[in-house]
Amino acid sequence: MNAFLLVGGGGVLGALARFTVGSVVADGRRDTFAVNVLGSFALGALTAGLAADATLLTVFGTGFCGAFTTFSSFAVETVELYERGERREAMANATVNLVGALLAVGLGGWLASVV
Amino acid sequence: MSESDANALERLKPLLLVAVGGFAGAVLRHAVALALPDGVPWGTLAVNVAGSFALGALLFEATVSGRLGRETRLLVGTGFLSSFTTYSTFALQTASLSPKLAVVNVAANYAFGFLAVVAGRTAVRSLAAPEVAG
Repeated sequence: MNAFLLVGGGGVLGALARFTVGSVVADGRRDTFAVNVLGSFALGALTAGLAADATLLTVFGTGFCGAFTTFSSFAVETVELYERGERREAMANATVNLVGALLAVGLGGWLASVV
Repeated sequence: MSESDANALERLKPLLLVAVGGFAGAVLRHAVALALPDGVPWGTLAVNVAGSFALGALLFEATVSGRLGRETRLLVGTGFLSSFTTYSTFALQTASLSPKLAVVNVAANYAFGFLAVVAGRTAVRSLAAPEVAG
């Protein structure tokens, strides 16, 4: 199937899943952190576990995980904190998303390789 | 259309808007990644910076003039731009780079992404009230 359709289909699911998490976790920053860490974990695991299946990796990796996680909301929320004068919270937000996502990618990849 | 049909449609509308935006955002992100050279993750940097500019402008617009309604924010913000930009691919690519390039990649996405949000807000401010912005 056309790779763009696969990515788009995964993107629909990822965006809807993110929207659902956002409705449950009614705090913008926590909700962004949650999707970014969960999505990074999933992408790490999928990349290690599905390396042989390009189609599934395109749907769930590029499509779903790419759309489920978001950089733009993270960036806007961090800048808003900074401009409100909450500079320490802004730095903390930038740091925990990065550290959380990097650890999650590593953990996901490791789990997929040992399971 | 009966009243209950209309209510069901009203409840489904946010999901449809997010789904349509999410489809378009993911497809365009993939197209950008294919169009830019491999090796260095230029595609992710490009979508993250462009999407941060647009979301900064869109959400700031809601606070200054609010001409774009909730539907637009769901379609373009929650759907398209949040799907167009990505944190997971950014994290995966960062983890796979050499330590030096990883630091450069994080610094570039963060610095240009945050500056893009500020630029998006500044653009809206000057368009919404050109006489104030001078």
